[in-house]
Amino acid sequence: MINSSGESKSKLIGRRMFVISAAKAVVVFGILGRLVSLQINESKKYKTLSDKNRFREWKFSPPRGTINDYYGKQIASNKQVYQLHIIPENSENIETLLFRLKNILNLTDKKVFKIRRKITSQKPWDPVVISDNLTWSEFSRINLFLHELQGAEPIVSVARLYTEPSSAHVIGYVSKASKKDLQNKAYLKDKITTSTRVGKTGLESKLDLQVLGDVGYKRYEVNAYGKRIKEISINPGKAGQNFKTTLDQEVQELASNLLKDKSGSVCVMDIYKGDIVAMVSSPVFDPNQFVHGINTENWNKLIKHRDKPLINKSIAGLYPPGSTIKSLAVISALENDVFNPKTVIRCSGSIELYGEKFHCWKKKGHGYMDMREGLKQSCDVYFYEVARKLGIDRLSETARKFGLGEKVLDGFIEERTGIVPNTSWKKKYIGKNWYLGETLHAGIGQGYWQSSPMQLCLMTAQIANGGYKIKPRIILNDDESKKFSDLNQFIEDRKLFADDVVSLYDFISKFKYKSLFRNPENIKFVIDALYGATNEPGGTSYGSRLTKKGFIFAGKTGTSQVKRFTARQRELEIKNEDLPYKDRDHALFVAFAPFNDPRYAISVVIEHGGSGSKSAAPIAKKVIKKVLERHPLREAQANGEVA
Amino acid sequence: MFKQGSIQSHLNFRDKFLAMDFVLLSCIIFLGLISFFAMYSTDGGEFAYHTKSHIVRFFVFFFLFFVASFFKTSFWYSTSIPIYIFILILLIFVKYFGLTSSGSQRWLDLYFLNLQPSELMKIGLILFLANYYHRISAGDVNRITFLFKPLVALIIPFILVVTQPDLGTAFLIGVGGFIVIWLAGVKMKYFTYFGLILVSLTPIAISFLKPYQKSRILTFLDPSRDPLGAGYQITQSKIAIGSGGFFGKGFLNGSQSYLDYLPEKHTDFIFTLFSEEFGFFGSSIVLALYVVMTMRIVSIGNMVRDTFSKLYCYSFATAFFIYVAVNMCMVLGLIPIVGAPLPILSYGGSSMMAMMLGLGIAMSCKIHKDQSIN
Repeated sequence: MINSSGESKSKLIGRRMFVISAAKAVVVFGILGRLVSLQINESKKYKTLSDKNRFREWKFSPPRGTINDYYGKQIASNKQVYQLHIIPENSENIETLLFRLKNILNLTDKKVFKIRRKITSQKPWDPVVISDNLTWSEFSRINLFLHELQGAEPIVSVARLYTEPSSAHVIGYVSKASKKDLQNKAYLKDKITTSTRVGKTGLESKLDLQVLGDVGYKRYEVNAYGKRIKEISINPGKAGQNFKTTLDQEVQELASNLLKDKSGSVCVMDIYKGDIVAMVSSPVFDPNQFVHGINTENWNKLIKHRDKPLINKSIAGLYPPGSTIKSLAVISALENDVFNPKTVIRCSGSIELYGEKFHCWKKKGHGYMDMREGLKQSCDVYFYEVARKLGIDRLSETARKFGLGEKVLDGFIEERTGIVPNTSWKKKYIGKNWYLGETLHAGIGQGYWQSSPMQLCLMTAQIANGGYKIKPRIILNDDESKKFSDLNQFIEDRKLFADDVVSLYDFISKFKYKSLFRNPENIKFVIDALYGATNEPGGTSYGSRLTKKGFIFAGKTGTSQVKRFTARQRELEIKNEDLPYKDRDHALFVAFAPFNDPRYAISVVIEHGGSGSKSAAPIAKKVIKKVLERHPLREAQANGEVA
Repeated sequence: MFKQGSIQSHLNFRDKFLAMDFVLLSCIIFLGLISFFAMYSTDGGEFAYHTKSHIVRFFVFFFLFFVASFFKTSFWYSTSIPIYIFILILLIFVKYFGLTSSGSQRWLDLYFLNLQPSELMKIGLILFLANYYHRISAGDVNRITFLFKPLVALIIPFILVVTQPDLGTAFLIGVGGFIVIWLAGVKMKYFTYFGLILVSLTPIAISFLKPYQKSRILTFLDPSRDPLGAGYQITQSKIAIGSGGFFGKGFLNGSQSYLDYLPEKHTDFIFTLFSEEFGFFGSSIVLALYVVMTMRIVSIGNMVRDTFSKLYCYSFATAFFIYVAVNMCMVLGLIPIVGAPLPILSYGGSSMMAMMLGLGIAMSCKIHKDQSIN
């Protein structure tokens, strides 16, 4: 009985075991299938993931490329800085470390709070910058205590250094990348590291991509806790490209000194090559403040300053061109055949139009004068008449041709275009029709006009070179320099025909510059009249002339009204200096030199400086002298550069 | 029948040795060798603590295997209940005197070894139930009164282990027990009832789960839920195995384990390490070895005549297979991480002891297959 029971039990057990064996087979194939899927089908994907685990890269930014002046003098360079980073995961107790560092470096609670937040927001193996600019004594103190500061890493690095405050505006500054920078500048994506500084304004911003260089990295094999096991490879990256500019730092410095305590701008340009020799804005600021983060106090000082030191007035300051527009008014009138230069008009100090009185700057009036005299003495009445005949649309067309109303330089984010008013502009932006009275104001450069000093400089350069369009440049590049190699030879040849005012025209046409005139005589007429304005008695800038041969220059003053004179003020003969600062006129002066063989154009603007002849022309005179003195040196440099 | 038994009972040492299943024996030795290399690799290519200790344990318990297999099956039959009770006492001991490590109390300190009685219970319960079903008649198997005792024998250790807490081992003990009950012929409907009760108890069970256990289950359902937290182990294990490719990264070149990305690489994840270094090729060999071992034990079950041996061999073979399958499925990301060692390969004395004992008893069934156990 036991036996038979055992038999039936055995059978049942055997049957059930069969079911289990079948289930086992399914499981075995399941496991095998999974192995095939992971190790054969998807092996590549997991190999990549495994490598991602294995390697970690630490990026570091290479030194920023330097920016130099024409003679190789460094304007923006790099200096050694002492930094302190911490790598949170290397520290056994981050709180103790922070406490120790706080004591050693006298960190504020706010700073410690910020550091803590930073630590929690990133991976524990990513370094956190505690300070990127330690003093030597702080740095040595850190090194002294280093054995008890696990996780702290003192680092010797390089940071931007600006040695020339006079070039602060044109160079711009660098600072930590903001969220906006990261969004707007796609190139930053591959270039950014914890210590990267990005260009915010000026050339630093324009050249940012090239001066940043390529990020280097150290690739380590790391374990699961991020600890570096061994260095696998190192890529030193590529240092940023160095740039040479057309600027002459000595001229920059002189101009900056001349503008000291004033608010304004000086621009100097080569009238053939378009090289910007100087571009100075005043007051200056210290761009070094931004490299390691500017403090609130200094920031407020800059922001609230009356004269807006952060604005590059050469390209972002806009002023009515005042009488400097009169040269263009003459050109426009002659080119359009609406005015005979021989036309004589009597200036009695003012004219009337539809019951409105238009005053000349000279209350007593200039008397009888033709066009040359009118430009030379800057007679407003004469130009009311010119403008009336010419009309605003033709004047604005000429102004646009000569470079007003559009950006002069490439890639300067802060540059502004200004306004060249005409009838359609007014309709579009103000929504009203143009009045004839506004044409008269426009004829003497007042009213809606807005132009930057650099635009006025370009305008003057393009008159001085005989009416040819040039492309201003600030970055030197070899190809363009080669193009100009014949220029010097030509100037040598040309000396045989000294005193020939417009002798370089042939040369210019050789370069197929676009001419801006219909009849070259019209340009010559203006050049001659401007000679009179500076070098003949009665000329508006006669007092600032240079008489030494080779230094004679020709220029046009301008005074642009900030606020229109009331009839009452006119009656009381209130002087500009007596007005509140903000209401005083801007002083302008544009010129080119040397007169016989023009090479440079200059524009000077002094905000609220009064009349152009009194405050702008004397500064221009000194700058012109310096520029001309340095001309041979510049030529030698240019020749060397080509060779 | 009596005659036969008396003749066979005079097996000498040589006879017993020759009666062993050599395929099974070689598989054990081969797996042992593989485990030495794997352990050497987890020690970062040094003959360090884990390797030494593992090798020593392997030989000690391999000796236990021989001893166990040379004992008559009747010995194992007659001692099954005392063994079960002894292990149960040890489990209760653990409750009061056990060592606590990473939040659970599982070990007894025996000075030369930290014994984990729950591992031994895997074998103990199978022995007890095989003994029980051997004794009752086929007709009684499905009577309710006869279901009571095996269930109690199963549930007591289960609860003791679950509350250590050690869900994985408790689960494996329970599964082992159910396999015996199933093989013994208990009707399907009882399993269905039991299943229904379990399902209805699930919400209560979940409320008893520790947070980390809950998170393991959730993470299994969606490993990307928390890739650096609870999903980390599964993710890293899959990366290691997948990156091994067909032939693996080579011995001692498993970057995932070398760089500490693998959790528990000595114990539960030893297969991952092996698989990373030896690829699909190596993993298949290991899997094949386990399958062959299971099949050999089942074939021993086919040979033996008495219910005890049959039930024991079938149940042990199945449980053994499930331990392997659960561990592999776990590291391959097919089931949640439950904490189940891979027999023989994983580092751990108690698991090794239990497996060698279990294999030894199975081998004893083979050697003494012609002897009556009564």
